[in-house]
Amino acid sequence: MPISNETLQTVQSLGQKYAAGFITDIESDLAPKGLNEEIVRFISAKKGEPQWLLDLRLQAYRHWLTMPEPQWSKVSFPTIDYQDAFYYAAPKSASKLKNLNELDPKLLETYKKLGIPLREQEMLAGVAVDAVFDSVSIVTTFRENLRKAGVIFCPISEAVQKYPELVKKYMGSVVPYTDNKHACLNIAVFTDGTFVYIPEGVRCPMELSTYFRINEAKTGQFERTLIVAEKGSYVSYLEGCSAPQRDENQMHAAVVELIAMDDAEIKYSTIQNWYPGDEEGKGGIYNFVTKRGICKGARSKISWTQVETGSAITWKYPSCILQGNDSIGEFYSVALTNHYQQADTGTKMIHLGKNTKSRIISKGISAGKSNNTYRGLVRVSSKAKQARNYTQCDSLLIGKTCGAHTVPYIENKNPTAIIEHEASTSKIGADQLFYCRQRGISQEEAVTLIVNGFCREVLQHLPMEFAVEAQKLVAISLEGSVG
Amino acid sequence: MLNIENLHVTVAGREVLKGINLSIEAGKVHAIMGPNGSGKSTLSYVLAGREGYDITGGKVAFMGQDLLQMAPEDRASAGLFLAFQYPVEIPGVSTTTFLKTAINALRKKRGEKELEPVQFLKLQKEKLTQLGMDPEMLKRGVNVGFSGGEKKRNEVLQMAMLEPKLAILDETDSGLDIDALKTVAEGVNNLRSPTRSFLIITHYQRLLNYIKPDVVHVLARGKIQKTGGPELALLLEEQGYAGFYGDGEAA
Repeated sequence: MPISNETLQTVQSLGQKYAAGFITDIESDLAPKGLNEEIVRFISAKKGEPQWLLDLRLQAYRHWLTMPEPQWSKVSFPTIDYQDAFYYAAPKSASKLKNLNELDPKLLETYKKLGIPLREQEMLAGVAVDAVFDSVSIVTTFRENLRKAGVIFCPISEAVQKYPELVKKYMGSVVPYTDNKHACLNIAVFTDGTFVYIPEGVRCPMELSTYFRINEAKTGQFERTLIVAEKGSYVSYLEGCSAPQRDENQMHAAVVELIAMDDAEIKYSTIQNWYPGDEEGKGGIYNFVTKRGICKGARSKISWTQVETGSAITWKYPSCILQGNDSIGEFYSVALTNHYQQADTGTKMIHLGKNTKSRIISKGISAGKSNNTYRGLVRVSSKAKQARNYTQCDSLLIGKTCGAHTVPYIENKNPTAIIEHEASTSKIGADQLFYCRQRGISQEEAVTLIVNGFCREVLQHLPMEFAVEAQKLVAISLEGSVG
Repeated sequence: MLNIENLHVTVAGREVLKGINLSIEAGKVHAIMGPNGSGKSTLSYVLAGREGYDITGGKVAFMGQDLLQMAPEDRASAGLFLAFQYPVEIPGVSTTTFLKTAINALRKKRGEKELEPVQFLKLQKEKLTQLGMDPEMLKRGVNVGFSGGEKKRNEVLQMAMLEPKLAILDETDSGLDIDALKTVAEGVNNLRSPTRSFLIITHYQRLLNYIKPDVVHVLARGKIQKTGGPELALLLEEQGYAGFYGDGEAA
């Protein structure tokens, strides 16, 4: 039975409710507009970086000039004018803080409004936060407690100074600058990000998280995250993102690298809530992110969980290179698109070691006039004996004007491998909605209930504190969708 | 409680209900019997507010309110419950979560406080035991992989939890074996009270052996052709619907 116009209107009239869309009025230190070698040098100088890193940046920048834009994804947008943006923006007041008391109250207020109260967080929850505002990390909480456990958790710009050997050894080892155009630009102009190092045998005593906030207009955010888990260690890390409502498109091109040694486990969760643009598709973040982990050691494990509700365009494929024997890669994803959002997201599982296992659970939800594509690669090399993959891709359509696409690539060079792929597409039925409403549940609540049910398999992989947050976010993102 | 006056309903250009008059008082159990295609399910869906039906005439008052102007969820909070003939599956949403959401939505609309989780679980366990249902069922997705009997029991469980003023049972007996039928009937009988009414829609007299109706109506050709006591149901069982097509039209 078709959904009536009345229902469509009710849901649409709920309008745009992007709660993180406010702007913090704060004075910023900006690099001159545009992109050239001088800007690259400017950023490096701002950070007081060693020569090797400047050299690497310049090398990447020169290579970037020669690289084509990736064309293979199912997203469309006008050609990006790289000269019409700022590549460095930092709140003036945020430099060289000794503790939270010196932080601009406006910044504290900003994070409080976003639900990341930096002070309370420090006292209440067992979560350590690195807060990245435009191009710089402004606060990292709980560092002392973590240091006692031997865990390094700090802004990457600080790690460059304090732990140059570690950074030099691992940065770019999983995602080389030649990988793709966006990742290449990132290394040329990255401004901050988070560095995590878990020593051998240490189970990180709390959840670590980074909250990325783009505030300044016409500014790109280019951060790098590097997580190294030594033998037998464990860490759970969460990343959150948001940006003000602006009419122009802003670019976010991050790189995340994970390295897991023998028996180490890294659990990486993302709740991506970048501004998605308005109902007409105006504005919003271009989220062009390269995330990759390597299970270097035997029996190591990397698990990606992502909830993608924001961005005008999402282009992102958190991947695992399963090099160590018996290593495990997992990818759990919920990608939700509404209005004119476009998402092309998925994963790559590269099986190199013996008995390596990977598991992919992808849930795509499309509403409005949006397009949602799952794109995933499972590659089994000739040496990966007994490799095992299970992939499940489910799409849920809300309304008649959205699209869902599933593009799996399977490359198998080992006859002992077992690869399974399951896919389904369903719609929120008028019958389901009516059933809920007959029980007293309102239309909007019913849509949320049904969608959360659809995503449950993925949401349950999030750390407890964030699973509830993610459910609420799903609800908010669906407001104004077609019921 | 419920007062239907001269209700006309068209579905996809075809008139299905051609002037229904029906009045149900508090505490009474009414049964509507009729052959397939007589408009029984249309009536239950129209009362519950499903989309896709054109109401071309008549009015319905429920608890003094104009029922046809209300959204389905408002009808629910006013106390109207429909036990579906074909309960819908909602994957990934456990029956417990669904019930909790529903009960609290209703309470909120009525200006009552939401139930504490402990209170809710206690109530749920109580009702579940009464209906002899397996608690494991509550953890599964709503109606997902349920047998026909389990689905119908789940409807009765929801009815027991939501405590409606008027419960409409749309062919709740279809597809049930005799044991399930007895349990379902017992569940309904437990809910009978001087303030609660039932409208039982059925094709067969069988269910009415276990739930004693106060009034029986025969619906055929979009109209109520005859109204009587429980004995009317027995008569139908013997003679079939052949005599009730009215207007001289063939079946």
